Amino acid sequence: MSAPRVGFTRAAIALAARDLRLAVRRAGDTLQPLAFFLVVTTLFPLALDPQLSLLRDIAPAALWVGALLSSLLALDLLFREDAQDGALEQLALSGVPFQGLLLAKTAVHWLLTGLPLVLVAPLAVSTLGAPYGALPGILSALLLGTLALSLLGAIGAGLTMGLKRHGSLVALLVLPLAVPVLIFGARATALAIQGQPLAAPLYLLGAFAVLAATLAPWALAAAVRIGLE
Amino acid sequence: MTWLWFHRFGSPPHFYRLAGRLTPWFAWPAALLCLAGLIGGLVLAPPDYQQGDGFRIIYVHAPSAWLSLMVYVVMAVSAAVGLIWRMTVAQAIAASCAAIGASFTLLALVTGSLWGRRMWGTYWEWDPRLTSELLLLFLYLGYMGLRNAIDDLGRADRASAVLAIVGVVNVPIIHYSVVWWNSLHQAPSVMKFGRPSMPPSMLIPLLLMLAGFTAYFAALLLIRARGELLRRERTARWIADALC
Repeated sequence: MSAPRVGFTRAAIALAARDLRLAVRRAGDTLQPLAFFLVVTTLFPLALDPQLSLLRDIAPAALWVGALLSSLLALDLLFREDAQDGALEQLALSGVPFQGLLLAKTAVHWLLTGLPLVLVAPLAVSTLGAPYGALPGILSALLLGTLALSLLGAIGAGLTMGLKRHGSLVALLVLPLAVPVLIFGARATALAIQGQPLAAPLYLLGAFAVLAATLAPWALAAAVRIGLE
Repeated sequence: MTWLWFHRFGSPPHFYRLAGRLTPWFAWPAALLCLAGLIGGLVLAPPDYQQGDGFRIIYVHAPSAWLSLMVYVVMAVSAAVGLIWRMTVAQAIAASCAAIGASFTLLALVTGSLWGRRMWGTYWEWDPRLTSELLLLFLYLGYMGLRNAIDDLGRADRASAVLAIVGVVNVPIIHYSVVWWNSLHQAPSVMKFGRPSMPPSMLIPLLLMLAGFTAYFAALLLIRARGELLRRERTARWIADALC
């Protein structure tokens, strides 16, 4: 493998800019998981009595299950196109650290699907009858949680890359691994709605996100390399 | 020179013969240990002062729960060995582990819920240990699902190895998050098995069953790994020599 002609930072920035540009040109695809999140959180009140106290009780569950499912749906955007047109292969062969490039790709993916989810979450929170005072806590939990979900999900997307029947397989691979995010995230949200201090679950969520950001790139690079063979 | 045994262990024909020779050395002790443990546990051990005869399910439940975890670790370690040194034998062992581990996990869940029916009055309690066991079953199912979905054997081996390694890092985190979640949601379970001191008449059969189940797993793994090797190497010359 020849020495890379560009440094890692420049390569990562160029890759991120390219991914962002592509996503803007295909805004419809990028926004779908977001719309899905809003629809799912709307379905919960419809399936239940729209009593405010009841809605408040299920709000953490609705928000986090919605976020989890929407992040699964978004994974399809991460590698599919790049695997098909050979761009991923070129990245793997470029000599620039592959883990770093994939981390940059995942970060952009989070910017496009995780961050918007956090931004529209106040809408879902208010339809679920949670008090506005709970918003800062809920949003910070979602911010950390979606980050961890993007990283974990990327591994699943890498492992199932290019498989024909992988619709529900990604869910089966990723959801059990995402249980800690669900538990700490929903716990933080519930505490925020009750107006209690929520530092403990937030710290744990943050620790999980940091751990995922540290370890996931290695597993991700291995998974994608295997998928490219 | 010192690594010769390692390389020889990685050679399918050698492992095939070795596994064939070793199988009875695990299978017979497994049968004897389980028989002794069952007699000790079901006949000789006194009934528990609180749970009566109901506690006796522990002689199946605890060994299966122990093996459900141990098999996962064995699977992840051999998958990692197979991924790093590209050893066919290690990958065959990892592939053979999945179904065995999933079966033990299911057995632990079923016996646990039967026990729960008697002790807690309900088949399913969101007890942290039962919940982690259920999640472990999902991890096994995901591993087997990924293997099934990939047609190319080499890719299936390596992709599922990455998944097993990610899982083994995550299992403790999942377990503690479930424990933590549960401790905040509900009061401690109605009854926990008497941890302080188990009299020897109850403990010794349990230890026998643990050893017996582990030996049973080893025997089963050897048999399944041989079958897996035969399937993988079906075109190789050594198979004709070994079978005829």
